[in-house]
Amino acid sequence: MLVPILKQGDYLIASIQSELSDADLLKLRDDLVSRVGEFHSRGVIVDVTVLDVMDSFATRTLRAMAHMIMLRGAETVIVGIQPEVAFSMVQLGLKLEGVETALDLEEGLTLLDHRTKGDNKRAR
Amino acid sequence: MKREKINQSTPESEAALRQELVEHFREKRELLRQQWVQQMNAKGLLAGLTQEEIENESITIYDTCIVCLETGEYEGAQTYARRMAERGVLRGMTTEQIIGGILTLRNVYGRSLFEWYQQDMERLSAALDIYEPVADKIISVVALAFVEEREKVVRQQQEAIRELSTPVLQVRDQLLILPIIGVIDTHRARQITEQLLRTIRTRRAKVVVMDITGVPAVDSKIAGHLVQTVDASKLMGATVIVTGISPEIAQTLVTLGVDIAKMNTVGDLQGGIEVANEFLGYKVVRTEPETSLNHQEKKVQ
Repeated sequence: MLVPILKQGDYLIASIQSELSDADLLKLRDDLVSRVGEFHSRGVIVDVTVLDVMDSFATRTLRAMAHMIMLRGAETVIVGIQPEVAFSMVQLGLKLEGVETALDLEEGLTLLDHRTKGDNKRAR
Repeated sequence: MKREKINQSTPESEAALRQELVEHFREKRELLRQQWVQQMNAKGLLAGLTQEEIENESITIYDTCIVCLETGEYEGAQTYARRMAERGVLRGMTTEQIIGGILTLRNVYGRSLFEWYQQDMERLSAALDIYEPVADKIISVVALAFVEEREKVVRQQQEAIRELSTPVLQVRDQLLILPIIGVIDTHRARQITEQLLRTIRTRRAKVVVMDITGVPAVDSKIAGHLVQTVDASKLMGATVIVTGISPEIAQTLVTLGVDIAKMNTVGDLQGGIEVANEFLGYKVVRTEPETSLNHQEKKVQ
């Protein structure tokens, strides 16, 4: 199942539409990491609202993806983790260290606005 | 006629002897029951019961026990014991009273057997072989019914306490307060976390102030639960500020080496709310009160 990647100004939004296989996740990671360079994006939002399960592979892939994107000069925010998913993740000891999380797309955009403005100031 | 069969332990003779015992107890019913009630009275086991209740209950218990002896079925006793346990718990009857009562009845039955067969030791022994397992079983059935009833009440109360004790309150937009009071166990920790996460989603909260002033003690397991709650909230995009860590709990946490570096902690609830306000960009300004509170109260009246 292909994940559509939408360009929205300086940001990329990957909106997951259904449960993903491991291969789909890796494809998403590769696509996003390359598109970030292509569009000179400053932020990436991955919307996982529809996911009922986040296993260790998904968590690891998302974390690795966020770090790669950071190396390519953009911020990543994971949005829409459901309460049940969050709870089972901490119970399984899965962590998204160094990755920003937000409640939903709206909060994610606000967070990115906040972060990238800060970056710009520092750059100047 | 029956006496000739004494030494044969055939099923027929056992059944016959059982029937004989049942008839004996039925025959002496009034006498034995009175004895039983008297003995219970002497031991003070009937405190708080009216005369009428004593009559009714003792007749029912006496007959139920005989039915158990006759048929070898304990369902009647079980049902009755459960009903008695329900009422007993409601009326504050002690387990000692109930078990003591049944033990006394066992004693009364036993003694009457000794009297009845005192001339014939072998027959007495055979009768006791039949009678004692039944008596033991009745006692265990009654005791179990009581324990089960108590456990049921305890479970219900625990459930009630859990329901009551974990409110998640919204103080202002995007700010929740979670006051935790009392002992936290695994089940409760799970419930608190789930409720908090759901509330974070519905209220779109960004900051949660978790106040643990009311938590008496913390061990490594509970500390782990708190860390889990903080981590799970973070995944939902909400920051947790922990407040009200008492000196003892602080000491325990440090001694246990719990990873609290990534937890935001503030001394008390007030401080926590102030920090949260700052984080969310709220500024609380004190102005001259328009009306005094007392005045407002009067108006309301």
